[in-house]
Amino acid sequence: MQHTVIAKVENKPGVLNRVASLFRRRNFNIESLNVGRTENPDISRMTIVMENPDVDARKVEANLYKLVNILDVQDVTNQPTVTRDLALIKVAAKPEKRAEVANLANIFRAKIVDVAPDSVIVEITGTEEKIEGLVELLRPIGITEMVRTGQVAMLRGDAPGVRHTPGANGHSPNGNKPHANNSNHTNGKRQ
Amino acid sequence: MKLSGAKIVNECLVREGVEVVFGYPGGAIMPVHDAMMDYPIHHVLTRHEQGAVFAADGYARASGKVGVAIATSGPGATNLVTGIATAMMDSVPIVCITGQVAAHLLGGDAFQETDVTGITLPITKFNYLVTSADELTQAISEAFFIARSGRPGPVLIDICKNAQIEEAEFDYPDKISLPGYKPPKHAPLKDLQNAAELIAEAKRPVILAGHGVQMSGAMDELKLFAEKTQTPVAMTLLGLGSLPASHPYGLGMMGMHGEAYCNQAIQNADLLLAFGMRFDDRVTGHLRTYAPRAKKIHVEIDPTEIDKNVKVDVPLVGDLKTILNDIIPIVEPSDHEEWLDQIKEWKEETEARDILSWPDEEILHSAHVIRDFWEKTAGDAIITTGVGQHQMWAAQYYKLEQPYRLITSGGAGTMGFGLPSALGAWFAHPDREIWTIEGDGSFQMTLNELATVVQEGANIKILLINNSFLGMVRQWQEFFFDKRYAATQITGPDFVKVCEAYNIPARRVTKREDVMDAITFAKETPGPVLIEYQVEKEDAVFPMVPSGAALDEMMRRPITRTKVGE
Repeated sequence: MQHTVIAKVENKPGVLNRVASLFRRRNFNIESLNVGRTENPDISRMTIVMENPDVDARKVEANLYKLVNILDVQDVTNQPTVTRDLALIKVAAKPEKRAEVANLANIFRAKIVDVAPDSVIVEITGTEEKIEGLVELLRPIGITEMVRTGQVAMLRGDAPGVRHTPGANGHSPNGNKPHANNSNHTNGKRQ
Repeated sequence: MKLSGAKIVNECLVREGVEVVFGYPGGAIMPVHDAMMDYPIHHVLTRHEQGAVFAADGYARASGKVGVAIATSGPGATNLVTGIATAMMDSVPIVCITGQVAAHLLGGDAFQETDVTGITLPITKFNYLVTSADELTQAISEAFFIARSGRPGPVLIDICKNAQIEEAEFDYPDKISLPGYKPPKHAPLKDLQNAAELIAEAKRPVILAGHGVQMSGAMDELKLFAEKTQTPVAMTLLGLGSLPASHPYGLGMMGMHGEAYCNQAIQNADLLLAFGMRFDDRVTGHLRTYAPRAKKIHVEIDPTEIDKNVKVDVPLVGDLKTILNDIIPIVEPSDHEEWLDQIKEWKEETEARDILSWPDEEILHSAHVIRDFWEKTAGDAIITTGVGQHQMWAAQYYKLEQPYRLITSGGAGTMGFGLPSALGAWFAHPDREIWTIEGDGSFQMTLNELATVVQEGANIKILLINNSFLGMVRQWQEFFFDKRYAATQITGPDFVKVCEAYNIPARRVTKREDVMDAITFAKETPGPVLIEYQVEKEDAVFPMVPSGAALDEMMRRPITRTKVGE
């Protein structure tokens, strides 16, 4: 089963490396990982999709929190979300096949964004299944290249995601964050 | 106030209460060492960077403060790696400062450039690459905070040379703001109540006390809890000292070389209370057969440890001391007389098999040496060890009445740890008796630090258990590899002569009757002393849970006397 996790992270150099290194070290397999900017320039957002049924989401969440740069983690698997994947698909379509490709693209509400003498590029946005559907139909015509962004996900309305480790990173059980801890610099000596 | 980056580093160290650092100079860190001469920080020049980081680790474990190691870029920094991994596995707060090539050279394979933040990423709690002096103060202040708070651990700061030379405004923050880092403290009341219910229902409870007890300073709370609920306390290697060994509820060490009765108690328990421990494979044995009838309560500050190895019924995530203080008032006093009597019965059987109850013979057994040493030092010395048989004998026979007395590499099992960590412990407590118990294998890994010990005038006593073997591996070969001693027969120098070269008084002991005298000699001689005990070569650590076996399927010491190894 697929797990989708959204992580808000500090927009600092090396954070992606830390997340990737964590997943490698703890043996979590990633299906896709998407990183991008958010409404706040200091915060980036990751959508992580995992295919591994053995790894429970709680474990992933707790490990992500252990990274100092991770601000918030939500499991949105089975939650009301909008999820989208974007694909660019280059199809080996000579002039006589263009109409067929255009037709298929139309049905899927995809767009042809580039036309060359021997090929076209189709752009499609949607859920994973929708994209898979178009890919299957284009395959017989001849896909020479494909690139996908991986899924991005957003919860609908103000639905909350699931936080499996209340207490991690100062979250109270209802998901609200208390104010930042204040540290003092006493370095107490043991007796 | 504008200061050079190198001065800022030292200002930060002083503000963090650092009085001593362990390090080794080199091209990319020279400005920091140069500036240090003008600050009240004592720099201990070790003979290898690994010695520096081990010493910082030993200092941290003995003092409870953050230990600091300094090295240059490239090989200087990579020589720290083993020590950083050691501190990571045992959750020890250290800060490592490494030099790096100038920022404009990064990525260009300049002389002594190594991607140190990349190398240390998975073995540090956090690390920083500082490319300009402006970033230094924040990085260092955060590093100390991260190292010592929550589940402590090593933090590395890699400082480009230009950042040490250029000037920046220095203003030390009195508060740290890390929005993504907030270690939990209290556990929710509902979870505490659930735990209290399990505790009330239990008939055969056992507490598993780990390193977390001493890390959070929860020794009094542990004792209070154990006494109120009449619950015996088993300890991990790093948990030893959490409860005085002589306490009636103390079960000693659990696990692969733990006390047999202690492992039996765990396997027969109906409730395990894991306090600041992580169910390492060395303490659980085969997981599927581990404590099969026990419910589990896990008190742990690191949420990733919950359900990692052992599924638990009630997790309590937070600071152990805080949680124990929260839960003690809500647990009912219980009476486990019957259970304690049962454990006592197992204990008597264990003692009958113990080597200490054997008559003294021609052969010098390590266990006897350590037992006599314990008596002679009243069990009150700070002990550091290397890794191997001698480490396990030290854990078994040096009975600790006090916390923070045993400094040993647990999770990583890092050989060569003993001497340098003793040096660190001495700087933490120069007034105390510091001994390192070493094996001949471990000792030869870092005996170069003898020079550092002499240069610093450190009052460290070395108890060397010499069996001319890499004993622990040899023991496995004896039991599991048909006694094929591949690569384990190790020769050594004449250790007494080596000490002579370093101007360290030394003695060699081969007979039981001389064991005590030699220790008296060491105690009465000021400064470092080495006593080499040439012990039975093919002795084994018992009991032993073979890897993959259940915790109570222990190989026991034969009850009748036969020559060990035959």
